[in-house]
Amino acid sequence: MGIDKIDNPDIFPGPKQEKTESADIELVRKTCIEPTTDPDDWIEEDIRRNILVTTVDSLVNWSRRASLWPVTFGLACCAFEMIATASSRFDISRFGMEVFRPSPRQADLLIVSGTLTWKMAPALKRIYEQMAEPKWVIAMGSCAISGGIFHRAYGVVPGVNLMVPVDVYIPGCPPRPESLLNGIQKLYEKIQKQSISKNDKASLDKGNS
Amino acid sequence: MTKPASTKEIADSLEHKCPGAVVELSDKDIVVKTKSLLAVVAYLKNTPGLDFDYLNWMTAVDYTDHFLVTYNLTSLKNNISLVLKTRCDNRENPTVPSLVELWKGANLQEREIYDLMGIRFENHPNLKRIFLWEDFEGHPLRKDFIS
Amino acid sequence: MTYQTEPLTVNVGPQHPSTHGVFRMGLTLDGEVIQEAEPVFGYLHRGMEKLAESLTYTQNIVLTDRMDYLASMTSNHAYVITVEKLAGVEVPERAEYIRVIMSELMRIASHLMAVGFMLNDMGAFMTPLLYMFREREKILDLFEMVCGQRLTYNYMRIGGLSHDLPEEFVPALQKLIDSLPGFIDEYDQLLARNEILLARTKNIGILSRDSAINNSVAGPVLRGSGVRWDIRKADPYSVYDRFSFDVPIGSVGDIYDRYRVRVEEMRESTSIIRQAVKELPAGEIQTATVKNLRPEAGDTYGHIEGPKGELGFYLVSNHSTQPYRLHVRAPCLINLTVLRELLIGAKIADAMVIFGSIDVCMGEVDR
Repeated sequence: MGIDKIDNPDIFPGPKQEKTESADIELVRKTCIEPTTDPDDWIEEDIRRNILVTTVDSLVNWSRRASLWPVTFGLACCAFEMIATASSRFDISRFGMEVFRPSPRQADLLIVSGTLTWKMAPALKRIYEQMAEPKWVIAMGSCAISGGIFHRAYGVVPGVNLMVPVDVYIPGCPPRPESLLNGIQKLYEKIQKQSISKNDKASLDKGNS
Repeated sequence: MTKPASTKEIADSLEHKCPGAVVELSDKDIVVKTKSLLAVVAYLKNTPGLDFDYLNWMTAVDYTDHFLVTYNLTSLKNNISLVLKTRCDNRENPTVPSLVELWKGANLQEREIYDLMGIRFENHPNLKRIFLWEDFEGHPLRKDFIS
Repeated sequence: MTYQTEPLTVNVGPQHPSTHGVFRMGLTLDGEVIQEAEPVFGYLHRGMEKLAESLTYTQNIVLTDRMDYLASMTSNHAYVITVEKLAGVEVPERAEYIRVIMSELMRIASHLMAVGFMLNDMGAFMTPLLYMFREREKILDLFEMVCGQRLTYNYMRIGGLSHDLPEEFVPALQKLIDSLPGFIDEYDQLLARNEILLARTKNIGILSRDSAINNSVAGPVLRGSGVRWDIRKADPYSVYDRFSFDVPIGSVGDIYDRYRVRVEEMRESTSIIRQAVKELPAGEIQTATVKNLRPEAGDTYGHIEGPKGELGFYLVSNHSTQPYRLHVRAPCLINLTVLRELLIGAKIADAMVIFGSIDVCMGEVDR
């Protein structure tokens, strides 16, 4: 068998697979033009809650934020600062987050770290949709926020919020591990203010986008 | 110290072997005709004394009216290096012979040049886009590409 | 009794815990044996070569940081020596020595990562990786002391460096390189005679000498196959010809040889840093360069020995402040040419270890 010549035309991923994937990428490129709105339903001040729901709320919110499990989605340089945060010096394990789940079905936090390209975009969408509610997204690094220094490039998505709604933006190129921990603290504050009593319209919309 | 190979000597010996192949000659590089590229390169690889057994890199430059495909060959034994170029004037359908039979290291680099510049390589086993997806229109590294 | 089997296709990546970045492989398996492997790249293609044509020569240093993000100092080094060759700019001695120290520190950090991740993929789940990270953090502290950044340094400039060493740098560096050989010995002792490591790396993923040269591989992959080719010895740049160091090579070309070559190179790097610190001259760190550098029209190629192989830049200038064409000789992309050859016939459990031993950084493959 010649190593160089492709004898088997059904090699995976073959031409048929490539055609469907390439059609996916073009579809994503044409449809994701406007940024999705950041979820801000938690800042409504005029929700009247009764005492019973407040206690339940604080319990539920504590359990959600104290053990957020991120999914491994390191794309580029920022991934290494994320791994450094998970290492022994900065120790994300103090926050209950050292288990980076490879499977999105077992995770509830998506930290997009690094540049997102149009070729990778359908994969991001699929991973986001496979995560179960409640889920949160952190855009880490300037490439995830707006495309960074590559925003003029032909293959780069200018900001992850074109594809998924983002909860916390962490600027930096790459942000230091302390910045990432600060961003996670901000996410905790946000989760703390959520309530299970009102109809979470935004999160229902999130699942359908 | 890796010495640059003496281009004059090599061009002279090429005249005997493949007459008419060398188009331009300078201190730093040799430009050969695309038709005789395979013969020239086989001669450079197999001749004792030259032994250019290592294809260092290859790339293409777009000079608006023509393309220059540039190769850098190194001889690990004799510690000399040579820059070889070939000119491609056809803008709509540029074609250059592929060097994959001689050096397997040319495989991915030729796919990259095809993807980003649009130059086709004859007899390449798997010539398809490598960095961009199949339906992408255009070849980005060309000077007339508008994104 | 006869039975029929069908090949199974497995898609590995692009999001996968073991891949070193966004890399995808389509594997066709017959039981456990890989019949066909098709690597797919491009998930991090940011168009750096096209972007470089619209930025000035000094602004492009920022792009080179982000190519191989585990070895930014060496990428900077390769780029600035190419521009200096093109434009004919001299570099002061002190800057050259500091560049060598930074490059060698970067080589140690990158090899620590390479070895740590290869062992992580092999199943020694996080322990060696966290040990490597511990030492790497000490090196990153030194870099932060000098230029303020932990990962993408942007430290070297055309004609020198951006900042001089602060006073506390040299004592801290001395302390680190006094402790590093002891750490490498401890690490080696823990792993080199480990049965599982030997069983999973010896005689697996063998790349023969002729195949390595024909496939244009470079760096520890080439040296693991027995070819003594190192740009620091073959074509010395900066002040490498003033230091004495060995170039370790392997004999068989399997994964174990590549691992050994990396560990020995770390030891050689500590020895080079020690010599450089002893001879470090005083002086300025940047020649007075022209703002908005406009090199003469022409083309040139400059290369260094990066931790992953021969990293080179091919620059074409047309006498303007921006390069006409910038091409990167990316060692990670060219080393990946052998991946298909090594994977066919191997078992699927070895696939990740073989890929880890080639030591790839996707930012450089895709640029």
